Amino acid sequence: MDKVKIGTCWLDGCSGCHMSLLDIDESIVGVLRKADIVFGPLVDAQEWPEGVDVAVIEGAVSSQDDLKLVQTARARSRYLIALGDCAVTGNVPSMRNGIPVRKLLERVYVEGADESAGVPTDGVPPLLRQAEPIRQAVKVDLHVPGCPPRPNAILMVLSELLEGREPDLGSKLRFG
Amino acid sequence: MTEKVKVRIDGEVISATAGQTILEVARANNKYIPALCYMEGLTSVGACRLCMVEVSGVAKLVPACTTPVQEGQAVATTSPQLDSYRKIALELLFAERNHVCAVCVSSGHCELQTLAQEHGVTHVRYPYSCPRLPVDTTHPRYVLDHNRCVLCGRCVRTCAEIEGAHVWDVAGRGITSHLVSELQRPWGEATSCTSCGKCVQACPTGAMAEKGWGVEEMTKHRTVVSRLTSMREGS
Repeated sequence: MDKVKIGTCWLDGCSGCHMSLLDIDESIVGVLRKADIVFGPLVDAQEWPEGVDVAVIEGAVSSQDDLKLVQTARARSRYLIALGDCAVTGNVPSMRNGIPVRKLLERVYVEGADESAGVPTDGVPPLLRQAEPIRQAVKVDLHVPGCPPRPNAILMVLSELLEGREPDLGSKLRFG
Repeated sequence: MTEKVKVRIDGEVISATAGQTILEVARANNKYIPALCYMEGLTSVGACRLCMVEVSGVAKLVPACTTPVQEGQAVATTSPQLDSYRKIALELLFAERNHVCAVCVSSGHCELQTLAQEHGVTHVRYPYSCPRLPVDTTHPRYVLDHNRCVLCGRCVRTCAEIEGAHVWDVAGRGITSHLVSELQRPWGEATSCTSCGKCVQACPTGAMAEKGWGVEEMTKHRTVVSRLTSMREGS
């Protein structure tokens, strides 16, 4: 039997959800017996591959790069999980949402700079008007909130999916 | 002589005193009805709509916290319709302001957060309104963060009914409704505030907190208000 293909990515977040994924410790060995991680910060692939079974997305959709990546991931994956509060609610990245982008960048990079004041444009993607939950950009099949989601919740979700069952967070559901 | 009435809650026949509300009777008999704006010891206002229940023979849902029990009444505290409406009410509360659990002093001790988790709210189906709201840090001991306020009015009633100072009120209409201290004065300049802090303890979320607490550290003494009321009634 072919292994299940898992892709992960990290948009506007802190990587904490990926840390929590690694925090399932030796249980990851069991997961990797049945699945391959084919894309993500933990592997070398440069582009989200075709034919992914489960996409695990951390972070809010905050820049044009985030939007492109999550759209690609959605188009090339069968099942998409919004992992963590940023992906589910916008969380900390969305605290900028009441402030116009131009004002925000000037406050940080011009008013807040001691030297080399100026809003960076080279090599950084333009910000979207607001940092949005993933479901505002693409269809989400499962929301797993938490900041970060606890390792046992992540392990339960992956294990259930690998067994072909729809995960039910139940008492493992928590925000923050 | 207090009149006794018999009601049926989720099928069980329960004896109650006339004048008690459905919520009081249910809770006294270990039947759970969720509520956010209700607090034992305060006047009920039926604002949060989480305690809506079905009463047989009544076409619309009624708030359990303001509806008195009646002889022969049959009440259902849960149903697929009620669960669905309660989820909607919770999601709209989250969508209305900026409830960022990850950086909130009350995370882990918050009634809104707990209710969402109990009701299986994994995400909010409505767009967040992301309003820009102030944080009032003018009081030397307490802080008011409008971002976390659900307008339950527990602080308003605690201050007016228990402390007797009536510092708090709700100003504005609809989506612009907001909490004000002493006719729009900053909290720290409100001369009628006795700094008793009971509003802080009554607040279900992290909207009111004692200064000096970090994320997740602001545990509240929710029984303060109820205990005061029962002690006063006993005297």
